[in-house]
Amino acid sequence: MRVPDITLPPIIASIASKLPATPPTLALVTALNQLVKRGVLPAEMELLAGKRFEVDVLDAGIKLRFAADEARFSVDQSTQAPDLRFAANLADLARMMLREEDPDTLFFNRKLVIEGDTELGLIVKNLLDSVDWSDTPLARFMAV
Amino acid sequence: MPKLPELVCPAGSLPALKTAIDHGADAVYMGLKNETNARNFAGLNFDEKSATAGIRYAHDKGRKVLMAINTFAQGVDISRWQRAVDQAADLGVDAVILADLGLMDYASRRHPNLRLHMSVQSSATNYEAVNLARDLFGVQRAVLPRVLTLDQVGHVIRHTDVEIEVFGFGSLCVMVEGRCLLSSYATGESPNTHGVCSPAKFVRWEQNGNTTSARLNDILIDQYGQNEPAGYPTLCKGRFEVQGDTYYALEEPTSLNVLEMLPQIIDIGVSAIKVEGRQRSPAYVAQVAKTLREAIDTAGREMQRFSVKPAWQAALGKLAEGQQQTLGAYNRPWK
Repeated sequence: MRVPDITLPPIIASIASKLPATPPTLALVTALNQLVKRGVLPAEMELLAGKRFEVDVLDAGIKLRFAADEARFSVDQSTQAPDLRFAANLADLARMMLREEDPDTLFFNRKLVIEGDTELGLIVKNLLDSVDWSDTPLARFMAV
Repeated sequence: MPKLPELVCPAGSLPALKTAIDHGADAVYMGLKNETNARNFAGLNFDEKSATAGIRYAHDKGRKVLMAINTFAQGVDISRWQRAVDQAADLGVDAVILADLGLMDYASRRHPNLRLHMSVQSSATNYEAVNLARDLFGVQRAVLPRVLTLDQVGHVIRHTDVEIEVFGFGSLCVMVEGRCLLSSYATGESPNTHGVCSPAKFVRWEQNGNTTSARLNDILIDQYGQNEPAGYPTLCKGRFEVQGDTYYALEEPTSLNVLEMLPQIIDIGVSAIKVEGRQRSPAYVAQVAKTLREAIDTAGREMQRFSVKPAWQAALGKLAEGQQQTLGAYNRPWK
């Protein structure tokens, strides 16, 4: 299964950007916390503690803002600038998460924007890369 | 069929290691989570647990794991590098890839059964240097710097019984292998001292409209307009103003790709082909390993009749840093 090469139509972004971003962000942080708890996501939380993150899904018009402390992730309700921001279209974010595409490749091709604390970005990227999905039910969705 | 070179692929994480093996690598190379290797990036590389799991995975499938301990041990305290060698031996890796002569000496005395590979960082460009490392430390393989023509590689191979490994794919730089201090002018850290070219803590990407600016320790090193391909934020690949002209004054972002000379590489007796990129993700490792596996096997079968499949070029081209791929120094008709 490959992620199709699509960009969401602008109407999606104009609608979605008016909706509250909390529900999808809550889903994301809940999933992250579950993965950490089950030891699938080998996060060294002390490296992430106190940092604010933003995942900007450009064509969907959704900004997912969350933060980390020593123990867990939570929805970030503040208006402060994030320490790290990833921005890309939905299809490219999906390709990255499903390991169809290497983030460096997307970056070279200007399909992925990384802003803020570059070292934190590297920690997050390498954290995602180090997840061994083969031990989880999600393995069948992964390209490799 | 001639003896095929081993395909040696990079692994920055356990999933990358497994992926490399699943997609046809004969061997993978990896490093520990510290400055003893030249990809000392935050969150990358192996600890004891993941290294153990990776080595078991590889050995179960009859493949090899090589550990890169390829930075130069700093004078004040070299115990960390020695411990890395001890750890590699305890873990049961198939070889260590070393650059520092003192460390080769240590490894050969302390672990006489541990196979030694001479890193590209040692900068051995002639058979005399390779044979000396064999005579002194029992080095069994040398990785040649990316500065020799294919004829010169052949010349080295004809004059040594040490196995010769060459680079086959990946980002190129200015290639002063093992001697580059360029980033230390901007950051105080360099690959040979801290295991990293452009330490991430000094890198800042700034987005301004559609323009991305890359800064290294606040020094502007490049700007990319909309849809203009970006590269790694290293000084050698920056664009600088020189006498009124702004351009790649040192080196353009470029990737090495030896697909079209695979038959010659096999013919001259190269023992292994190495892929650059321990910093890359499992997706990259999968695509490169699969493509090169198929290409090397095909080249070995077809030799003179071999031609590069467009699909292979497309697969590798997409992954490459910079929009050009070259044969690098291997092809220098003017010598």
